Amino acid sequence: MKINLTINKKRYSHDVEPRLLLVHYLRETVGLTGTHTGCETSLCGACTVELDGKAVKSCTMFAVQADGANVTTIEGIASDGKLHRVQEAFWNEHGLQCGFCTPGMIMASKQIIDRNGTPSEAEIRHGLEGNLCRCTGYQHIVNAVKAAAAAGR
Amino acid sequence: MATTITKTETLVGKRIRRREDPRLITGTATYVEDIQLPGMHYAAIVRSPHGAAKIRSIDTKAAAAAPGVAAVFTGKDTEKVGPVPCGASLPDLRVPHHYILAIDRVYFVGHPVAVVVATDRYLARDAADLIEIDYEVLQAVADPEKALAPGAPAVHPEWPDNTAFNYHQEGGDIDKAFAEADVVVKQRITSQRLVPNAMETRGVVAEWRGADRQLNLYTSTQIPHLVRTLVAGMLGLEENRMRVIAPEVGGGFGSKLNVYAEEALMGFVSMKIGKPVKWIESRRENFLTTIHGRGHVDYYEVAAKKDGTILGIKLKIIQDLGAYHQLLTPAIPTLSVLMMPGIYRARNIRADIVGVFTNCVPTDAYRGAGRPEATHGIERMVDILADEIGMDPVEIRRKNFVTNEEFPYPTATGLIYDSGNYAAPLDKAIGIVDYAKVRQEQAEARKQGRLLGVGLSTYGEICAMGPSPATPAGGWESATVKIEPSGKVTVMTGSCHHGQGEETTFAQIAADELGVDIDDILVVRGDTAIVQYGIGTFGSRGTAIGGTALYFALQDLKAKVKVFGAMLLESDDVSFSGGQVICNKTGKTKALAEVAGASYRAMKLPPNTEPGLLATHFWEPPNFTFPFGAHIVLTEVHKDTGNITIRRYIAVDDCGNIINPLIVDGQVHGGVAQGLGQALWEQAVYDDNGQLITGEYMDYTMPRAHMMPWIENDHTITPTNVNPLGVKGVGEAGTIGCSPAVVNSVVDALSHLGVRHIDMPLTPEKIWKLANAGGNN
Ligand code: FES
Ligand code: FES
Repeated sequence: MKINLTINKKRYSHDVEPRLLLVHYLRETVGLTGTHTGCETSLCGACTVELDGKAVKSCTMFAVQADGANVTTIEGIASDGKLHRVQEAFWNEHGLQCGFCTPGMIMASKQIIDRNGTPSEAEIRHGLEGNLCRCTGYQHIVNAVKAAAAAGR
Repeated sequence: MATTITKTETLVGKRIRRREDPRLITGTATYVEDIQLPGMHYAAIVRSPHGAAKIRSIDTKAAAAAPGVAAVFTGKDTEKVGPVPCGASLPDLRVPHHYILAIDRVYFVGHPVAVVVATDRYLARDAADLIEIDYEVLQAVADPEKALAPGAPAVHPEWPDNTAFNYHQEGGDIDKAFAEADVVVKQRITSQRLVPNAMETRGVVAEWRGADRQLNLYTSTQIPHLVRTLVAGMLGLEENRMRVIAPEVGGGFGSKLNVYAEEALMGFVSMKIGKPVKWIESRRENFLTTIHGRGHVDYYEVAAKKDGTILGIKLKIIQDLGAYHQLLTPAIPTLSVLMMPGIYRARNIRADIVGVFTNCVPTDAYRGAGRPEATHGIERMVDILADEIGMDPVEIRRKNFVTNEEFPYPTATGLIYDSGNYAAPLDKAIGIVDYAKVRQEQAEARKQGRLLGVGLSTYGEICAMGPSPATPAGGWESATVKIEPSGKVTVMTGSCHHGQGEETTFAQIAADELGVDIDDILVVRGDTAIVQYGIGTFGSRGTAIGGTALYFALQDLKAKVKVFGAMLLESDDVSFSGGQVICNKTGKTKALAEVAGASYRAMKLPPNTEPGLLATHFWEPPNFTFPFGAHIVLTEVHKDTGNITIRRYIAVDDCGNIINPLIVDGQVHGGVAQGLGQALWEQAVYDDNGQLITGEYMDYTMPRAHMMPWIENDHTITPTNVNPLGVKGVGEAGTIGCSPAVVNSVVDALSHLGVRHIDMPLTPEKIWKLANAGGNN
């Protein structure tokens, strides 16, 4: 099936199998390997991307469902060589160790502060419920989201 | 948060942000799954759905004819590949032959039976479903105590008692200790099977270059050099014809401190089809086939005086091994024995381990590997003893601590504790929490029917694994430092960090020693074609051993820099600091870049000196290191729901000197999360047929952000003299200190109801029953 979509402000058009997962499309067809897969069952959040402004788990969607959509991945949030403030905050606050969950965490965190400029610790933790990290114990991630929110004010 | 640095500062001890992060936060790092090679094929593995079965026949015809399929292999094809290795040796250890694909029998759910290789991952999966396997299902046994019972099904028919080994160790005079005791407390304590669950599953890309007789193996591992040695051996390939690359590795926690069937299998496949092949483990496969951790049933007896003095400890460990030995499987419970006295002056011990085969995936090293089990045991037993004799848990600990004057302290289990100040973190933690006040609060809350608990653990651990005679595969580590002609510095470490931040901490060490800007230093690891032989990252050894190897390589290199500098300055009295060689008489200087350039240009050479600036050091540690700490946990048990709230979590850890406090804090947080996972939520549950019924994230409860308490962490610093950096290691501390503190706290909350022990995980169901049993648990 033919799909047309925008990814990180660039237009793409591909002929894909209907069963191709969006995450595999992004990683293998388009070559954007920053989006990871940790479970392929929508339970870990490693594959989180933004689709028409909403954070979604790209392993729960088929590529054909993203036809016509506007997708942003981890590769697309820095602009003009400048890190997005969530990226910067993850770096400053040591919000990552092995880095595998990180692209998904950053996309989910971005969504939290896009929706709420002053999230409380509980709101941050609730907002990250769908994203697993086995390394950090989440505390430095919470600090990172707080710092990113503050940087946006 | 990270502090900013100025050039002239020393960096060791600074809270600086990590240098590996830019690629990780921008999605540009390369994990195994991100590797694409021309002509690459994809493998799907067909696995046993049964815990135990005979294979009557396998029909691969339809799969082989399916679209895109290049090849199908079964155990008959791979029979000649060497077995998956066990590196541990114990007297009279029974070692089953661990074929990379099952031959005529399967031993656990997930056991690999066949592999399908196709041009596309979806096609490989489609074809795998077409393989017909006729099984004769046998009775499985998944519980180690049931496996030991007479008449239990035999996991391996040749060993009907399901016993892989018996191990015995004694120190002091245990019978005398028990004869002299005023009180003996006994408890059965389990440490349930856990699934390590690195967020990146395992994955392998194998690329056979036939004309070069060269196998490149990209694998998500903590030990690339050991994988090369062992997998080359399995494949019958010369070791120097194999290159192992651990690209970015997405967490390990011990689960990638191993050699797996799939690593050899992908090498085999690529050599057969002459094309690169990729296999990425699904999460379901990860649950079923990557090693599990823990799996203990422990029987403890502690003998003591009325005043709380511990005289002796008896421990019987029933270790659930699973169906096979992976790399270190049988060795793990022997670490529990070494650690069984904790940080207490217990001079008499007796330990027995029985290693039991079950129809489950093998257990092996998972964060802490044997020490969390031991620490959980002794810390629970100390609380039980305190309860028995009516003593405060803090006081009984103080009473039994090894004292500062006793170091180096030889334990009854044969270790020598390097250094310690065991009261220091306890005092600090008590100060932070205000112990007297929380005890008072607890008493008042009880009057109102609220269940508050105060629990602690004062743990010790064995880190910096370890002196070579005490390890199966060599316990040293290596480092090479090169100063390039331009003065830029490359560090090649045999450590293989995968989240621990050594690209930063090692650069901090090198920057300070050489007096150069940290941005002039590159730290390289994880490629056997680039890095000299190394051991890898596990057992909290990265900085304590790998960092020390680096330190010594830097000393050698500095000496050579001085020799060249002296020549250039025409002086025999020079020093090296701040990245410059300085003539002590004239004050004239030569910058490192100039010295380096001259050393390679070699127009003139100092006497008996080779050109170039490179030094390699293999460092053999004289001992382990022994970090320690105190964790205090305040809980509230909710009688109506059985839920537990962590009201406060205080962790005071002493890991010796600290290179980067930001990274150390991160290690503690992550460690505590895994300890809390074990204490409250996680468990790998097999049913009687050997089916893993918690084999998905739907059923296996991983700690998530909203479940974690805020961790208040602090440190005391007691350097070690085992290495010149004074560092001990911190990777496992959080996990080891956590679970007993949590369980002690919850037992404390329920102690007035007669509760004395609860096995992990502390599920709401268990807790509700105990809280509502009216004192008759
Ligand atoms: S891979 Fe999509 S949620 Fe885990
Ligand atoms: S940083 Fe490793 S899983 Fe989150």
